[in-house]
Amino acid sequence: MTALRVLAAMSGGVDSATAAARAADAGHDVTGVHLALSENPKSFRTGARGCCTLEDARDARRAADVIGIPFYVWDMAERFRQDVVDDFVAEYAAGRTPNPCLRCNEKIKFAAVLDRALALGFDAVCTGHYASVEDGVLHRAADSGKDQSYVLAVLTPRQLSRAMFPLGGTPKEQVRAEAARRGLAVAGKPDSHDVCFIADGDTRGFLARRLGPAPGTIVDADGTVIGEHDGTYGFTVGQRRGLRVGRPAADGKPRYVLDIEPVTRTVTVGPAGELDVTQITARRPVWTGCPPPERPLDCAVQLRAHGEVHACTAWLDGGVLHIRLRAPARGVAKGQAAVLYDGRRVLGSGTIAGTSPTARLPAAP
Amino acid sequence: MSSQNLRGGGRDEIVYLDHAATTPMLPVAIEAMASELGRLGNPSSLHNAGRRARRVVEESREQIAEVFGARPSEVIFTSGGTEADNLAVKGLYWTRRAAAPRRRRILTTSVEHHAVLDSVRWLEEAEGAEAAWLGVDSTGLVRPEVLRSAIERAPEGVAVVSVMWANNEVGTVQPVSELAAVAHESGIPFHSDAVQAAAQLPVDFADSGADALTVTGHKLGGPVGVGALILARGMEPVPVLHGGGQERDIRSGTLDAPAIRAFAVAAAAAAARREYEAKRLAELRDELVRQVLAAVPDAVLNGAPPGPGRLPGNAHFSFPGCEGDALLMLLDARGIACSTGSACTAGVAEPSHVLLAMGADDSRARGSLRFSLGHTSTQADVDALGGAIGEAVARAKRAVTR
Ligand SMILES: Cc1ncc(COP(=O)(O)O)c(C=O)c1O
Repeated sequence: MTALRVLAAMSGGVDSATAAARAADAGHDVTGVHLALSENPKSFRTGARGCCTLEDARDARRAADVIGIPFYVWDMAERFRQDVVDDFVAEYAAGRTPNPCLRCNEKIKFAAVLDRALALGFDAVCTGHYASVEDGVLHRAADSGKDQSYVLAVLTPRQLSRAMFPLGGTPKEQVRAEAARRGLAVAGKPDSHDVCFIADGDTRGFLARRLGPAPGTIVDADGTVIGEHDGTYGFTVGQRRGLRVGRPAADGKPRYVLDIEPVTRTVTVGPAGELDVTQITARRPVWTGCPPPERPLDCAVQLRAHGEVHACTAWLDGGVLHIRLRAPARGVAKGQAAVLYDGRRVLGSGTIAGTSPTARLPAAP
Repeated sequence: MSSQNLRGGGRDEIVYLDHAATTPMLPVAIEAMASELGRLGNPSSLHNAGRRARRVVEESREQIAEVFGARPSEVIFTSGGTEADNLAVKGLYWTRRAAAPRRRRILTTSVEHHAVLDSVRWLEEAEGAEAAWLGVDSTGLVRPEVLRSAIERAPEGVAVVSVMWANNEVGTVQPVSELAAVAHESGIPFHSDAVQAAAQLPVDFADSGADALTVTGHKLGGPVGVGALILARGMEPVPVLHGGGQERDIRSGTLDAPAIRAFAVAAAAAAARREYEAKRLAELRDELVRQVLAAVPDAVLNGAPPGPGRLPGNAHFSFPGCEGDALLMLLDARGIACSTGSACTAGVAEPSHVLLAMGADDSRARGSLRFSLGHTSTQADVDALGGAIGEAVARAKRAVTR
């Protein structure tokens, strides 16, 4: 093996610490870097649940000490705000449901950080993601419950060629045990959840502060107004809770968000059956596990993080990815990624731009 | 690239160009401290062991007083420069305001160390103080006229003036005795943070005319965690630390005899070599500046021109098109230790408030590095930097993200 100069992004959690330790064990020349992503570190979530607190920076530093690698903090707050936080807010404002972790991988860890690292003489960026790169192709992790290939599937072949994911073949529990064996104090630190830049976990409140009130109506599928809301950004397609509609549905069954129209500020709700989607279009497709397909491709698709996979046929038409599901899927939100798989292998991905319940979209050619 | 390029000769032999952050303890100071650590006694105790420890403290006080041109009774030991600055600024403000409530103005510069800067800001937020930040020129210098006109706006409202002796980032030396004289014309007490000056310049408390002077151990070859506020008679700052009433009731806390002894031994040793050392360091520094400018022709030396207006061991550059933290990392990987200026708790480099005050823009402030020499510095250190800086700058230029 050739020893590489590796920049290990260390969040302060157990995964990235163990990943850095493994890269160093493998003989690479590893430097630990904690990314300061908050413009005011104290305002972010404190405790062990999120990233970017001062405590996390300290945990990362102490892990680097134990591993025996140099350690620095890189200030990426401005880029993070522009490319992840502002994007998150704008996407919700446009009636879509973004995935900020995915965006952070695409724009920060494997873009701003990777580019700076390469310019400074590093060969690769190492993270604690559960996924693996085999012959240059992204694959699901061995621990399917922990698999994070979904939030990495937007990376281009060039980005993947510089990525190192040492944990892809190991179950999470083994990683914790290994961290403890290595004497890393973060071995027992709880996993982070939710959105790291929303301190209290209240996404709707965060968006309301950023976007201000934008009241509108909640309507039935036939257009009857049945309630009001403070802003379409408080809703996600498929959402059932928190609709605050007074009148029960005619059939007495629960209602779900079917559609979000930010311009007219209209949220359409209806029964679960109306959530079924069989046709999906996705923009900005990237192909990392196969060349852009010239004819319809039978594969599987995942439509949200930790979501199930659906058998499908996918094809390209004028730069837009079309996906037809073998069986309907429920609660597919615009703004999420559609990631195509062949078994563990990631073929490519796109950002969901449109959905349709029946075969109203063009049929597979 | 190969791992050779960045890591170079390895980390064991480090080229230490960060003496302004802390300088290695002098062997005589280590010896003095180690031997004293093994001895018993609280200097405030009345028995034999206490008297012995007290004698160590008082002899050290005399040594410190002699080195800095003060009377022994004027030396108040503290836990270091930060505490001495806090005591001077807050304590004198409180005392002066108590005597005349309209005295709420604090005149200080925008290039002070955070120990002064943040004390003043805190007094503004919590204690009704009004700060007047004296402007500096492009070399970081405060002109006495600037102080005079700031005082003249409302002389009777000024509580205290604080201007550092030499700047810790860019090394600019302030005209302290002229500034003290200006303050005295209006009867205002004058404090100066002489932490950086103490090791490399002749610092004479009586001659300077200052009423309060901050010094610290670890910048002149003594240990970290001990320092002093030299305080003229008649100056009675309200204490920051209350307790057993040690140090004239101005600073409570059991006196750290081993650290105080080592501080005094180091200060005396540094004073004995000062003239020779200042000349040696100035020559080394001039050579460092020459080599850096030869390797990086567009680098800019910040601060006063080399000479009496600048600390002999200080060189501070802006490297256009670079980020200081990237450069620091590249040099660190080659075993060369330097500094970007002030760092916050998370370790994120902030743009230097000193450079901003000197009129630099944000990118120039972020793209700067301080190299500071001290008693262990050699020509080999300077040559190592000269050999590494060109490639590091070229690489850092490619890595700019903003
Ligand atoms: C000018 C100046 N003042 C104050 C201090 C603080 O001194 P200490 O580290 O002893 O608290 C320093 C050193 O960091 C300094 O350079």
